[in-house]
Amino acid sequence: MTSVKIVVGGGFGVGKTTFVGSVSEIQPLTTEAVMTAASAGIDDLTAVPDKTTTTVAMDFGRVTLESDLILYLFGTPGQHRFWFMWDDLVRGAIGAVVLVDTRRLADCFAALDYFEESGLPYIVGVNGFHGEFTHTNEEIREALTIGSEIPIVQVDARSRESTKQALIVLVQHALQMQSAGPAPAPGPAWT
Amino acid sequence: MVDHGRQHFGAGPAGGPAGPGRSGDPGWAGEQSQPAHGDRRSLVRPYTVTGGRTRPRYDLAIEALVSAAPYPPRDVTTLTPEYRAIMDLCRSWRSVAEVSALLRLPLGVARVIIADMAHEGLLRLHQSRPADAQPDVRLLERVLSGLRKL
Repeated sequence: MTSVKIVVGGGFGVGKTTFVGSVSEIQPLTTEAVMTAASAGIDDLTAVPDKTTTTVAMDFGRVTLESDLILYLFGTPGQHRFWFMWDDLVRGAIGAVVLVDTRRLADCFAALDYFEESGLPYIVGVNGFHGEFTHTNEEIREALTIGSEIPIVQVDARSRESTKQALIVLVQHALQMQSAGPAPAPGPAWT
Repeated sequence: MVDHGRQHFGAGPAGGPAGPGRSGDPGWAGEQSQPAHGDRRSLVRPYTVTGGRTRPRYDLAIEALVSAAPYPPRDVTTLTPEYRAIMDLCRSWRSVAEVSALLRLPLGVARVIIADMAHEGLLRLHQSRPADAQPDVRLLERVLSGLRKL
């Protein structure tokens, strides 16, 4: 019995939970983590000065790929400053799909930064609301300042088929990165 | 675009896999006041049931799978409500995240309890690689083929 996970990142309201839900075999579930004062040194609690603890929620879904292989899809928490949750998400993940709304490009910068820094394979999914894609992929690549090796795909997060295709592109990209040599991973190296 | 900086990352991946409570936490402070197992019958608030511990015995990924042991070493009816609820839920494969979500336990609490239960032989853990290890090529190819068949 094996499980794997893929992370779905992007700004608030960009369609992460919709994306997860369109391919998940269960209604997306929500798990909560409590950040305590102990982790305040590594995360920014200044925005919530009266609290010593705060709760971070993330949605996830599940896809049974084979009788003994389950894929979990985790949406990143909406508030990017709670990094402790992200560390947990990224550990051992196949990779990430960063969803982008071209009307609010800057919303995805924190996610892009994070996945680049952590060496996690990622692709960019441009979520076309109502099927409209107003920018070319190359325009988006330039605006996001991402390398030519990062795949950019157009996604309709409501569509199971479209979501599935985006996941396939991500796994192919992760495979390519592995065959190109080990990614520069932070922390202890597992060989 | 202006915000496209790396200033956040003091707390990011460079911090490594250490999550909340894993670094310099008071850790096991509450353990000594915890009665021997088999005796914990009271319905207590989640963080109390872990004896104050925030650090699980095993490093469990959020997607790590657990299932109830087919022959639990203890009489299941003597278990705490939390333990019993987890045993019931894990008759089929569940991830740590699912146990947390479905039983409304904070993720950190679910981790500690699941690791304790595995240690006691009540649950079986299915984590085929270290929590930090990325899937290898063979596993990625299985995932790819599974996605294509969806």
